[in-house]
Amino acid sequence: MSEFLDSFWATYSTLVLSLGVNALLALSIWLTLSCGLLSLANAAFMGIGAYAAALLTLQVDAPFAVALAGGAALPALVALLIGIPTLRLSGVYLAMATLGFGEVVRVAILNMEITGGPLGLNDIPLKTEWWHVGLALLLVLYVLARLRRSKIGRAFEAIKEDEIAARLMGIDVTASKLLAFTLGGAIAGLAGALNAHFTFFLSPREYGFENAVDILTMAVLGGTSNLAGPVVGAMILTLLPELLRSLKDFRLATNGLILVLVVLFMPKGIVDPLRWRGWQGWRVWCRNK
Amino acid sequence: MFEQQLINALSLGCVYALFALGFTLVFGVLGVINLSHGAVFMLGSYVALLLVGHLEWPLWLAMLAAALTSGVAGLLIDWLVLRPLRAREAPHLIPMIATIGVTILITSLMQGFFGAEVQRFPFGIVPEDSFNFLLPWQAADSEPLHVTLLQLMIVFISFTLMALLLFIMRRTQIGRALRAIAESPKAAYLLGIDVEGMFRLTSFVAAALGGIAGVLIGLSFNAISPFMGQPALHKGIAVIILGGMGDIRGALIGGLFLGLVEVMSVAYLSSDYRDAVSFGLLFLILLVRPSGLFGRVLERKA
Repeated sequence: MSEFLDSFWATYSTLVLSLGVNALLALSIWLTLSCGLLSLANAAFMGIGAYAAALLTLQVDAPFAVALAGGAALPALVALLIGIPTLRLSGVYLAMATLGFGEVVRVAILNMEITGGPLGLNDIPLKTEWWHVGLALLLVLYVLARLRRSKIGRAFEAIKEDEIAARLMGIDVTASKLLAFTLGGAIAGLAGALNAHFTFFLSPREYGFENAVDILTMAVLGGTSNLAGPVVGAMILTLLPELLRSLKDFRLATNGLILVLVVLFMPKGIVDPLRWRGWQGWRVWCRNK
Repeated sequence: MFEQQLINALSLGCVYALFALGFTLVFGVLGVINLSHGAVFMLGSYVALLLVGHLEWPLWLAMLAAALTSGVAGLLIDWLVLRPLRAREAPHLIPMIATIGVTILITSLMQGFFGAEVQRFPFGIVPEDSFNFLLPWQAADSEPLHVTLLQLMIVFISFTLMALLLFIMRRTQIGRALRAIAESPKAAYLLGIDVEGMFRLTSFVAAALGGIAGVLIGLSFNAISPFMGQPALHKGIAVIILGGMGDIRGALIGGLFLGLVEVMSVAYLSSDYRDAVSFGLLFLILLVRPSGLFGRVLERKA
């Protein structure tokens, strides 16, 4: 049995760890979405976190915990700084501004000396164990679940539904948005830091527009009305290409097709508690659709 | 050679503008950020490549066929994906994500059928002729300016199409209908405008423009791959933000401006910083003027 486990782990450890990291990323964008912000900067925050953590490990030989903390703190700081001017924008304009920021980060990493430029960073020691990722995921889920039911979470929801009404009720809209954006940056950075310590190497190519879109896709596919949605979405989009390996070049096509079908036929994402309740009677589900 | 750089910037900017034109048209009329515009663009260049390379069609005919194919693809995307979402009145994030799915689908299908590697037009297809000339104020012994036939072709096609589109939008009944829809689809519907028909027309025209831009980019860099849509999409996004979203004039000016910034940063800084300069500038402009240089933001007051 343990032999089987060993060989299983040898083959699939990266996949299992990726599941956790992608779930964290999907949760990071869930947080900003829950405040009504469509931010496409999470891939950039992930990149900043990954590089910060890897450099802490490589250059100053920092303990893993310190590297992870640094990997979460730096993107949070950057998010705070760029959030102050950027979050005045809303809707599509915010998405575009954060996209622009993401490109700036990618090109900056590509051209800096310390990040290794286009070659990236190599020989990052393997430090991430499965339980590190599991613990981080549980911790983030716990914090977000508590946050959701707190006064701050209610404020986020109010802002998402109607920003002006929320402001009239005395909610500090700017501070709430900044909090969601910064915390989202920290979670994405943590995911990046964990990811950096099991993939051996980092390259700036992994933190571009496509990745930002992937992260958004996971959250929307799973559903953003609750915390389970982003996790399920991340699982599906991470596992699917592996399961469909036999389709070779066509396997990403199914990702695209599933995304379109889900958006068309399951408007609230795959995890939609309302629909589950409705399964007791088909009629309710049909009506919700 | 500042003047030479200006010429290069003009032809690059024209293609960006042409690409962004379809993008901004869809946003203006349908209110959707159509991220599959890059995939449709890529489709156009493949169609031209196949027709010219394998069936030996003349270039102009292939370009027409590419525009038609891309247009039909845009029509299908509208009919199969965007129309059901419209009927449901989904918030505008949703159609955007659906078009991401469409992009992934088209890109990986093309990769599956034609491979991931870069393909080129066969030798002799890309117009190689060029002209050298001096501007009146230049000294007789200075280096002459260099313009290729392809560059002239790009500028001519782009400006013709843009002028045509602007004329249609400003002077014809169709244009008036489209502008009415852009203001309010419901009001336009009540006025007896065939709103769905106009949406279909817009999707077709926008995608066809994207396809033509794809052929022109494919010709000028002579490199066609399934992934060429993505960088084009980034530029398109940058252009319509610069120019103001949904604004045709803005797409033209934004496109030329982006071409200028890129060419100048390559010429006077380094090619590594091309994207950083253009997106950094974009980021800054958004901070100062969130609605772009020419756009207007409708703000709801409490």
